[in-house]
Amino acid sequence: MRKFLLLFIVLVTALVFTGRLFYLQIYDTSFAKLSENNAVKTVYDFPQRGYVFDRNGSLLVQNQPSYDVMVVPREIKDLDTVAFCELLHISKEKFLKKLSNAKRYSPRLASPIIPQLTKEEYASLSEKIHKHRGFFIQKRSLRDYEVSHSANVLGYIREVDQNIIDRNPAYELGEIIGMTGIEKQYEQILRGTKGVKYIQKDRFNRDIGAYKEGVFDTLPKRGKDITLTIDTALQAYGEKLFTNKRGGIVAIEPSSGEILSLVTAPFYDPGLLVGRERSENFTKLYYDTIAIPLFDRGLKAEYPPGSPFKTLTALIAMQENVVSLDEKIECRGGYYYGKRGRKLGCHEHKSPINLQGGIAKSCNTYFCTVYKRVIEKYNTPQKGIDNWKNHLTSFGLGNYLGYDLPVGSKGKIPNSKTYDAKYPNNNWYATATISNAIGQGEVLLTPIQMANFTAAIANRGWWIRPHMIKNIQDHDTINKKFELKNKTTIDPKYFEPIIEGMHDVYRDGTASFLKIPDIEICGKTGTAENFKKIDGSVKQLTDHSVFVAFAPKDNPKIAIAVFVENGYWGARWAGRIASLMIEKYLKGEITRTDLEAFVLNGSLEQEYNKPYAGKPFKINQ
Amino acid sequence: MAGIKNTLKFDWIIILLFLSLISIGWVNIYSASYTQSGGSFFDFSNIYTKQLLWICLSFILIVFILALEAKFYERFSSIIYLVSLITLLGLYVFGNNVNGATSWYLIGPASIQPSEFAKAATALALAKYVSDIQTNMNGFKDQLKAFLILALPAIFIIPQPDPGSALIYVAFIFPLYREGLHFVYLLLGFFAAALFVGTLVLGAPWIALIVALIATGIFVRNKKQKQKPSVFKYATIALACISFAFSVSYIFNNVFEQRHRDRFNIVLGKEIDTKGIGYNTNQSEIAIGSGGWFGKGWTQGTQTKGNFVPEQHTDYIFSTVGEEWGFIGSLGVVILFIFLIIRVLVLAEQQKSKFARIYGYSVGAILFFHFFINVGMVTGLFPTVGIPLPFFSYGGSGLWGFTILLFIFVRLDASNYYYT
Repeated sequence: MRKFLLLFIVLVTALVFTGRLFYLQIYDTSFAKLSENNAVKTVYDFPQRGYVFDRNGSLLVQNQPSYDVMVVPREIKDLDTVAFCELLHISKEKFLKKLSNAKRYSPRLASPIIPQLTKEEYASLSEKIHKHRGFFIQKRSLRDYEVSHSANVLGYIREVDQNIIDRNPAYELGEIIGMTGIEKQYEQILRGTKGVKYIQKDRFNRDIGAYKEGVFDTLPKRGKDITLTIDTALQAYGEKLFTNKRGGIVAIEPSSGEILSLVTAPFYDPGLLVGRERSENFTKLYYDTIAIPLFDRGLKAEYPPGSPFKTLTALIAMQENVVSLDEKIECRGGYYYGKRGRKLGCHEHKSPINLQGGIAKSCNTYFCTVYKRVIEKYNTPQKGIDNWKNHLTSFGLGNYLGYDLPVGSKGKIPNSKTYDAKYPNNNWYATATISNAIGQGEVLLTPIQMANFTAAIANRGWWIRPHMIKNIQDHDTINKKFELKNKTTIDPKYFEPIIEGMHDVYRDGTASFLKIPDIEICGKTGTAENFKKIDGSVKQLTDHSVFVAFAPKDNPKIAIAVFVENGYWGARWAGRIASLMIEKYLKGEITRTDLEAFVLNGSLEQEYNKPYAGKPFKINQ
Repeated sequence: MAGIKNTLKFDWIIILLFLSLISIGWVNIYSASYTQSGGSFFDFSNIYTKQLLWICLSFILIVFILALEAKFYERFSSIIYLVSLITLLGLYVFGNNVNGATSWYLIGPASIQPSEFAKAATALALAKYVSDIQTNMNGFKDQLKAFLILALPAIFIIPQPDPGSALIYVAFIFPLYREGLHFVYLLLGFFAAALFVGTLVLGAPWIALIVALIATGIFVRNKKQKQKPSVFKYATIALACISFAFSVSYIFNNVFEQRHRDRFNIVLGKEIDTKGIGYNTNQSEIAIGSGGWFGKGWTQGTQTKGNFVPEQHTDYIFSTVGEEWGFIGSLGVVILFIFLIIRVLVLAEQQKSKFARIYGYSVGAILFFHFFINVGMVTGLFPTVGIPLPFFSYGGSGLWGFTILLFIFVRLDASNYYYT
């Protein structure tokens, strides 16, 4: 026993030390990271972001150099705060707050304290900054917008904050990230790869040379350029037409699904969100809760589509074989339905009327009649409406379209569950849903969904997912899903009569005054009733003006949906804007200058102010 | 006499282990102390060059030690011990203050730390006294004398102040136990240590409560088994424990200085401090922990290069091993030390002379204590106690002290087969 006690203790000690070493070196991996934080300083070389071009190759977005004042909090010595704040043109409170943020991030690592100096500020500061220990100027590239439109498409970039870094550890403080639009959608392509230099430091934080002679150091790789499908001239023109109006335009090339134009109004200059004024400008835009300029109406706004939806009702009715082309339906000033003889009104037009005439004259009675037949073809209205919805789904309605922009809405196409929930005991009939026939009721579409179904009609039965990307530098192809043809459930032969009807709209229908010489246009006007909750009570406001169109009739080049908030009837504003846009795109110039002048000078601001003026007001004037 | 010379066999295993440790040690000192901008290799202001010189000189020392008669060490042990005590006392008159401790004689360019040599001297004296035929390790008077032999140098060293070096003298309890000291002394030591740590972690009132409960439990159990319970005995032991706990608490809070308290609190996990006193241990753990399986490679340790671990070439040299050679490398060093200690202890057991046995056992115990406390400290298991890792840490006195300690035993062992 006496001989072995110490031996025993020695062996136990060996085991304990082995265990401890195993724990420190193998089991707990946090030490390796701590060691790197400790001894190796990482310096990033930020890459240039990729450029953005329009479909014709004209430059939309490039870069400009920018200079950030950086601080390494623990290297600050003998700082004369007052003088330094004066030099930076910044208040003392703001400076101290930024400094404490930087300290909280890391006392040893550099954080930006004043981002994005102008060139002039840089020039005056660069000579003096070295006198203030702990501060230095870091060069970085910022966005430089060559155009003053399309802010909703291009999106904006900003410096990452701690929240973003927590969610996405690939980013470092001081780095840039795309927040909306193309900048966000194609962040990984535009971003490039940052270069890294590792610098070995001693415990006094002094640089003592490159870490491992620089074998891990990398050079920055510039981001890739991308080409968009939008047409910068069309885009600029669309925004111009929407001066003093609110709403949106979506124009698509039907044969390819390429988005030619995506306008939302009110709009703003993308250059506002660059530079030192960025955060102030952003705050202004962000807190405008009445005009909501940051809300992309073309993608996100859900409106009842109104009359353009009748084209779909007609297509479904033909596919379901519940009406023939020649059948004429009588309209007596409205559609009467239900036990108590309720009436859905219609306007003056010749009667009876067949399908093509129904489209051209937008007869409510015609479409309610055929819609009811579609639903009642099946033995329960549930089955009928689900079948109806199935057709609409094939046009990309009622769900996200899957385009390459980061925002969107599903819109709404009701199904049997919608009404089962609304009516007790599932006791409802086709007539309860009758407003759907004319694009009111439960149906909600976004402008891009309207443009998409218009493109599907123009293509006579198929559509390609709308998209913004035309070409990526060093990539041969874009995402395959933007080349795939989506077939609708409607037989192609049923589209011709609809297209003829839409053509009649221009020839002798609701948009006959909007004809473009030498171009065969097909379109459909719409007027959508509009209710809005203001100060807690729901009020009816002036109708939205809606218009969808495509042209030329054969071999269509452009399908367009235009929405003008509170624009009243379809041809009044939306139809005019659509007509001008089509002319601009197909002809490159506007011959109807009086029409153009009317739209440019027209303002709906008075209409928009009505609900907020605090006085009783009239609508649809 | 030629026949006798032929039977003089040195233990090559110890010598090989010694050479391995000393060369691995130097390699790590080189990595911990070289700078890229540093001057030529033969510049004697380089720490690694100086250490290489000490190593070379230690070989001369070894030849000298091995050349002497084994009997010499036994005969002159008392004188060596006395000289050693005088050099320790002399520090209070002629000593120089380095890093806050008056532990060095400065002679020209060299500095000598007598406490490093006192360990070998004490081991010789203790072996001489205990191996004396007239010494009875169960007699209280002889126990007291043996205790005095090892306590005197410790008492001289503590006020330098160098409590770490003094702590090493606790190691002598193992050879004494081996030679017949009652097990109770060991138990008492361990029990006191447990109570000590327990009091610091839980506080004296809790310890008092626990001790009282245990005592009552044993008392009740004995009463049920109809043994005659000795109330007085249990009450006395319990009271002794409780008063010990309270006095520990008192000493800790009123006698210790704040820096001592900090060191204990950090290791006991009561305080987390990575900037002040806990910095050393924390940086050392980071350095070792970042080594992974195979380490970052020789001279590639970022912690080591950045000098994040203070005193890395001396007390914290093991953290360089951990960082640059990884788990495999540090485990290798641990194994080398364990082999050396076990080899010394096993050889000590084989000694025919009681003097050589006790001396050998003391060598094993001292090496073990250094290794145990140093590696425990560097890996963050124990409080920061400034003692070197034998054969590894930079320092001429330390290296020579351990070399003398070890090679006197090699010399004694070599005579084992002809000398009775």
